[in-house]
Amino acid sequence: MRRLVAIAGVALGLAAGLQASRGDERRSGATFMSPQTQALQADDAANPGMLSVADGQAQWSTPAGPNGTACTACHGDARDTMRGVAARYPAIDAVSGKAVDLMGRINLCRTRNMGAPALPAEGAELLGLAAYVGFQSRGLRIAPPTGAAMDAVRDAGRALYTRRQGQLDFSCAACHDDNWGRRLAAAPIPQAHPTGYPLYRLEWQATGSLQRRFRNCMTGVRAEPWPYGSDEAIALEAFLMDRARGMAVETPAVRP
Amino acid sequence: MPGSGRSRPKSLAEARRLVAALALLAAWPVAAAAETVPPGAVAVVGDGIPRPLTDRPGDPARGRAIVVDRQKGLCLLCHTGPFPEQRFPGTLAPDLAGAGSRWNEAQLRLRLVDGRLLNPDSIMPAYYRIDGFVRVARAFAGRPILEAQDVEDVVAFLATLREEPVKKESP
Repeated sequence: MRRLVAIAGVALGLAAGLQASRGDERRSGATFMSPQTQALQADDAANPGMLSVADGQAQWSTPAGPNGTACTACHGDARDTMRGVAARYPAIDAVSGKAVDLMGRINLCRTRNMGAPALPAEGAELLGLAAYVGFQSRGLRIAPPTGAAMDAVRDAGRALYTRRQGQLDFSCAACHDDNWGRRLAAAPIPQAHPTGYPLYRLEWQATGSLQRRFRNCMTGVRAEPWPYGSDEAIALEAFLMDRARGMAVETPAVRP
Repeated sequence: MPGSGRSRPKSLAEARRLVAALALLAAWPVAAAAETVPPGAVAVVGDGIPRPLTDRPGDPARGRAIVVDRQKGLCLLCHTGPFPEQRFPGTLAPDLAGAGSRWNEAQLRLRLVDGRLLNPDSIMPAYYRIDGFVRVARAFAGRPILEAQDVEDVVAFLATLREEPVKKESP
């Protein structure tokens, strides 16, 4: 009984933290979940996404590349240096002038600075590092970078968000703006705020990225999914993160 | 030698299968000769499509099976309806109960073929259209969601749904 009360308390606390401020209709996807799944996210000892965080923590200090350097060589203790970083991605990479997401940034660091090969998209290593870096922003507000270059990327993302796609001819907005809270078969449609990536999805039985989620939705409407790391995926991520500006980072979230 | 000719049937069962296959082959030209209106050549008249897409009358039982099939008809992802055995229908679209009293077959046919001709903002997919789409997955490119006969079967089934939905009492 005490355990039940504790779970209910945690879930209530989580729900309160996930509701945007008064007058703001924005809601984290977590608020659409069952109390049990909310409790799973809220309890670090039970949240399966914490395994990816632990994985990333171990990699953070593991040398890679010909010089045997680790992330720690430049960035030291992630708990200090990575605080708030994930809340500001995607961002413009100064060298290429292109927008990159957090996983793209990690791979640029490896290839440019460490001489190590890029980690494969959606592999446990890259997801782990992104989860560990993202975890350092948990509870902080999403704060995307300003500027004309990012605005252009976000505009492209907005256009993709509202464009109908696939044989079923759905836009993201048709479900996530116009019909959130209703049910697509058994599943409640959330508002599509990417507050907790990488996250553990029960359906996947795995930690995965926002880009994997895009691919799921696109497959659902029978559209050709975007490749990992494509300009379209980064643009949509940039638009959605701006749309979620001010909401709390939840990484690693749990979703059904 | 493979491909050099047919060997003789070795058993009665095999002979039966061969006869069945031949019967199917014999039936094939008849089915292929059935006149089908291709996507894009469908004639809209007013708010409906009066002419059936095939010259074979729709089969309501087959239509019902398509409607409840979540990979084929997809209807119950968004619609609820008089399907007591079906769990977890969607809540994005109107109840299908009473569809046959709200609309005639011509109107139902247009709503299935391309409902956006009536309401451009509708989320209802166009079930019998093949152009005007963006980034269709390779596996589905160039073909409609349902074939012409499927559409006729679904129209025939929806036309049987004469009873309006039961009004739920407010809690």
